[in-house]
Amino acid sequence: MDAAALTSRFPATQDLAGKDMPTFRVAGTDLLAVVSALRDEQGFDLLADLCGLELQGRPVRFGVVIHLLSTTHKEYVRLHVDAVNDRVPSVSALHPGANWHEREAFDMFGIVFEGHPDPRRILMWDSYPYHPLRKDFPLAGIEVPFPAADVAEVTGQKVEPAPMMGGPFVSHGGKLSEGEPSALDQSWTEEKPKA
Amino acid sequence: MVKSDFGYNSKVEGEVIVTRADAVVNWVRSNSVWPMPMGLACCAIELMAAGGSRFDISRFGMEVMRFSPRQADCMIVAGTVTYKMAEVVRRIYDQMAEPKWVVAMGACASTGGMYRSYATLQGVDNIVPVDIYISGCPPRPEALLDGMMLLQEKIRQEGGSLRRTFRGRTVETKIVS
Repeated sequence: MDAAALTSRFPATQDLAGKDMPTFRVAGTDLLAVVSALRDEQGFDLLADLCGLELQGRPVRFGVVIHLLSTTHKEYVRLHVDAVNDRVPSVSALHPGANWHEREAFDMFGIVFEGHPDPRRILMWDSYPYHPLRKDFPLAGIEVPFPAADVAEVTGQKVEPAPMMGGPFVSHGGKLSEGEPSALDQSWTEEKPKA
Repeated sequence: MVKSDFGYNSKVEGEVIVTRADAVVNWVRSNSVWPMPMGLACCAIELMAAGGSRFDISRFGMEVMRFSPRQADCMIVAGTVTYKMAEVVRRIYDQMAEPKWVVAMGACASTGGMYRSYATLQGVDNIVPVDIYISGCPPRPEALLDGMMLLQEKIRQEGGSLRRTFRGRTVETKIVS
């Protein structure tokens, strides 16, 4: 991994001094050139992972993390891209394996991958209006119509918020707790409180 | 067959057995349940084990797993039903010929289980009428066999028409013979 060649050729690229593998913050405008330079000149020929993330407290809310693997040098590199205006260029033309990963990041976070050949949702159904892994989306969900109108008509079923039953379930911080992770509010259980 | 459903005394009646049509029909139906494995998650692995030689579901007359809804009369919903998959489950149920039964296998199919989440249907009984619920996460194959034998018991007690309630409405299936 020749970090100096990368940062000198792309001045907007910042070496984050990753502890486990070389890590760079790449500008969205440079992303395609960086990925293709890494693939063609430094042997990073396999896209191991691509995922979206939401960072609270930073000016750019969403980002994308790409892990590339060199099958010749047995080495990883990690690229971090900020999704300015929730948009990131798609790398699926360079690495076809990114196709479904980008669809998932779009489905869960609403990050738009510009130039993606098939920008549909992949996990939720096409008409679903939200992006569920965003921090402001409740785990239980939000009521929306059932995906199939005819089934909804027969069954009267809607997509409803799940009963959280006192959850979400958390483990208490600090030392390893002896009990299992439990809900902060235990009023729903039939268990009698210990005297 | 319940003992009181037919009376037979070879000295009195010779070669003739007197019974009720319902009892015969139910006896036939209960001993030839053709399950449709709706395997959606890890419960399906236990369902496969129940079909294997160690547990051997065929001892109880319901081994003919059919992957086509048109050839099955009992849908075993084994696994987590997401909202996206719920539509498919309901359509497959609609394609099954009457009479038909549904077994909710495991915690997820029965109630949503541990998936209290935006993506999971909280119990398959929200979209199809369920006859037997099997607890467990996942249930052991013995639990599935027990549930299927309970279903056979239920089939044996059904009347001349299949009357079931789903969301306050009565759905009735007549026996045509």
